[in-house]
Amino acid sequence: MSETLKSLRFTLLAVVAALFVSAFIIVITDIEALGDGDFGKAFSTLGSAYWGLFKGSFGSLRAISNTITGATPLLLAGLAVSAAFKAGLFNIGATGQMLAGAVTGLFVGFAFQLPAIIHVPFALLASAAGGAAFGAIPGVLKARTGAHEVITTIMLNGIASFTVLWLFKTELFKREGRDDAISKFVEDSAKLPKLFGFMGNRIDLLAHTGFIVGLLATFAFWWLLRKTTLGFEMQATGFNQEAARYAGMRTKSLMVVSMAIAGAFAGLAGGSEVLGLYGYASSSVAGEIGFDAIAVALLGRSTPVGTLVSALLFGALQAGGRQMQVDTDVPIDLIIVLRALIVMFIAAPLLVKAMFRVRGDATSFGQTFRGWGG
Amino acid sequence: MHEMKFELRGITKRFPGIVANDNVSLSVSTGEVLALIGENGAGKSTLMNVLYGLYRADEGELLIDGQATQFSSPADAIAAGIGMVHQHFRLVPVMTVAETVVLGVEPTGRLGSLDIVEARRMVREVSDKYHLDLDPDAIIEDLSVGERQRVEIVKVLMRDAKIVVFDEPTAVLTPSEILEFFGIVRSLVAAGRGVIFITHKLKEALDIADRINVLRRGKVVGEALPKNTSESAIAEMMVGRAVLLVVDKVPATPREAMLTLTDVSVVDPDGRTTVDGASFDVRVGEIVCVAGVQGNGQTELVEAIAGMRRVAGGSISLGGKNITGASPRERHAAGMAHVPEDRQRQGLVTELSITENLVLTRYHDAEFSQGIRMKWDVANAKSRELVAAYDIRTTDPSQPASTLSGGNQQKVIVARELSRETRVVVAAQPTRGIDVGSIEYVHAQIVKERDAGRAVLVVSTELDEVMSLADRVLVMYRGKIVADVDPKKVSHMDIGLYMAGSRPAGAVAS
Repeated sequence: MSETLKSLRFTLLAVVAALFVSAFIIVITDIEALGDGDFGKAFSTLGSAYWGLFKGSFGSLRAISNTITGATPLLLAGLAVSAAFKAGLFNIGATGQMLAGAVTGLFVGFAFQLPAIIHVPFALLASAAGGAAFGAIPGVLKARTGAHEVITTIMLNGIASFTVLWLFKTELFKREGRDDAISKFVEDSAKLPKLFGFMGNRIDLLAHTGFIVGLLATFAFWWLLRKTTLGFEMQATGFNQEAARYAGMRTKSLMVVSMAIAGAFAGLAGGSEVLGLYGYASSSVAGEIGFDAIAVALLGRSTPVGTLVSALLFGALQAGGRQMQVDTDVPIDLIIVLRALIVMFIAAPLLVKAMFRVRGDATSFGQTFRGWGG
Repeated sequence: MHEMKFELRGITKRFPGIVANDNVSLSVSTGEVLALIGENGAGKSTLMNVLYGLYRADEGELLIDGQATQFSSPADAIAAGIGMVHQHFRLVPVMTVAETVVLGVEPTGRLGSLDIVEARRMVREVSDKYHLDLDPDAIIEDLSVGERQRVEIVKVLMRDAKIVVFDEPTAVLTPSEILEFFGIVRSLVAAGRGVIFITHKLKEALDIADRINVLRRGKVVGEALPKNTSESAIAEMMVGRAVLLVVDKVPATPREAMLTLTDVSVVDPDGRTTVDGASFDVRVGEIVCVAGVQGNGQTELVEAIAGMRRVAGGSISLGGKNITGASPRERHAAGMAHVPEDRQRQGLVTELSITENLVLTRYHDAEFSQGIRMKWDVANAKSRELVAAYDIRTTDPSQPASTLSGGNQQKVIVARELSRETRVVVAAQPTRGIDVGSIEYVHAQIVKERDAGRAVLVVSTELDEVMSLADRVLVMYRGKIVADVDPKKVSHMDIGLYMAGSRPAGAVAS
């Protein structure tokens, strides 16, 4: 069996294991039913919860739209983490890079008046550039001083959050008549078209063409890794920095370039949220996405297609979770538990092996975690 | 001490995908030395782990004096009188010899406190009896490798092992330490203990063993008595075909100097001088070997020549061009091929495919890329060509390099570095840890490079390799080049003395 198939199987088994454990949690926390000793009812709650999860994520056009809306920033931010992983770097800073991209995209979005055909790409490009510039900082710090990117990216997240908080209260960015940190709206010409716009102006279909940007970025990431010298250098450095140096690669510059590429993906995530979903920005525009992106990258094993699939899965869980909460009394927080379980099972291949009695070697699983080596 | 016969009968041990030991039977008695010889991956280590209780055999049985027995842990093996000296020592660096050898079997005084006086006495007793010459109060980290190995031996003897297993014991020793080690083995046997000696070095097996068992692909393929056999006969059993043990080469015809080092010094980050004023030439058409015990500055010397490490003083030139400050890529472009010492750490990215590794130092050449675009179709074609030409054993070059055996990994590096136009070949430990068949191959390639008009520098800690491959031998000791000799005019022993920092009687200063 090929390596790819083997790792795919482990990923699927991890998801199945997580669904199984979550099911157990749903049943034992259905206190009302258990209090009555009514196991039948507890299991019917479970059934309607998982049905709601499915219905809310893929059961209708609106559900699919919601899944895609949730998956879009996760995909782009997930690529930011994956790209860094491929170069042997652990990018915890997608949040900060998203904020940087959101600010630059936002600025181009409201400060210029251009035809949409120019304005949209210009604003997206600005997002990517903002994220890239912010992402390059930890790369430079590591190359120059050896400061570990895990520490510096976390610190830079804080710096980005508070800078944005201040920025959105300045005259340049702040919205008329608001005292909180919330920005102006972007020009209509800078807004990303709705994905299902061709179906008429349905306001319940939020999915926007940021998802197309995500797909293009996924392709670009694949092309970078498979077809370019830079991608080859990134991977060689990521797996074995000493060998890359021996091979004459400029490993320090590569750190900076890799982090800038990662930052560009995250910047696009921030930009597409502003230009495609909200039309403005607040300090919470990045939310938890930067951290969820780490889980997305881990689940996708840092490959382009894997990141795409796991972003869609996480988007679906998010969309389906809301439906589940409406249909049953199972709180949406269970989705957080479920996601955490998936990540846990991914990180513990031996556990999954034992549970499903899979034979063979699971050690190759550690690959994604190289970033910790420093 | 009473006699004991230890026997393995029909041992089979399978791992997913391979049979590591296939119906292996062997026996050893007290008072004799059994050498177990085989290539890497022949199943020697698995077999030893079975007899030491670390693995359980799938089939077959262990017998002590004809009685079937079972070991479910090393503790059982130790209790039955089996001791093992591992290749990688298991000592506590900050403890004294006495403290570390009694770990687990501490003599205790009142209230269970460690009786260090008794521990010292025990060490001294064993040490004196077998002429191990160990000071019980010495700190482990201050000891030489040879001394540390003797500490391991004391550990085993204090647990009263009747059969002592040595796993590749000579790999870390200098030639004179190897002689001392053989002395110890003889005294163990004289005192009525049995020894199993695992090795892949033919000469040593012939020197010390009473009987030799040859393992190939998990099976015992032959048994021989040293007095009735020869190195080449055993090598043939190990590899399964006739092997050329002597490097086949015509005398060198050196021409102009190609690589010149002038007073090169390297200082490591702690301020220690690791290479101290090395000056020498490597000429076109000759193989210069740098001999020396591991850790005398050879690693740093090679890294300085290859551009992996900055020099503190002196200059290096290639073909008359000063390359002292050049980057690895610039040296590469100037015609330097570098086979690095540590193939896993430097020479390969084992997670990447064989093809990717075959272009690791060359992907930026116009042959393999255009601007930012890799020409993978060209690289794949080249890879198939090199896999065939250099006999790299793989079914699929798109597999990760980690799937290859050590010898084949080395062939990937050699293929990559030698398959282009070069002027100087720098090879560090080119045959370390690879099997007899691959060694023969790599040596032949090196000689071919020389005959094709390249200057070749080989660094090796294997004295046999140095003596048979070199046209000229430099010996390195404590960062200095202490000898520059013609291998045909000096003996192994003379080189061994240089390596230990002394000078053979009658030698002139170099």
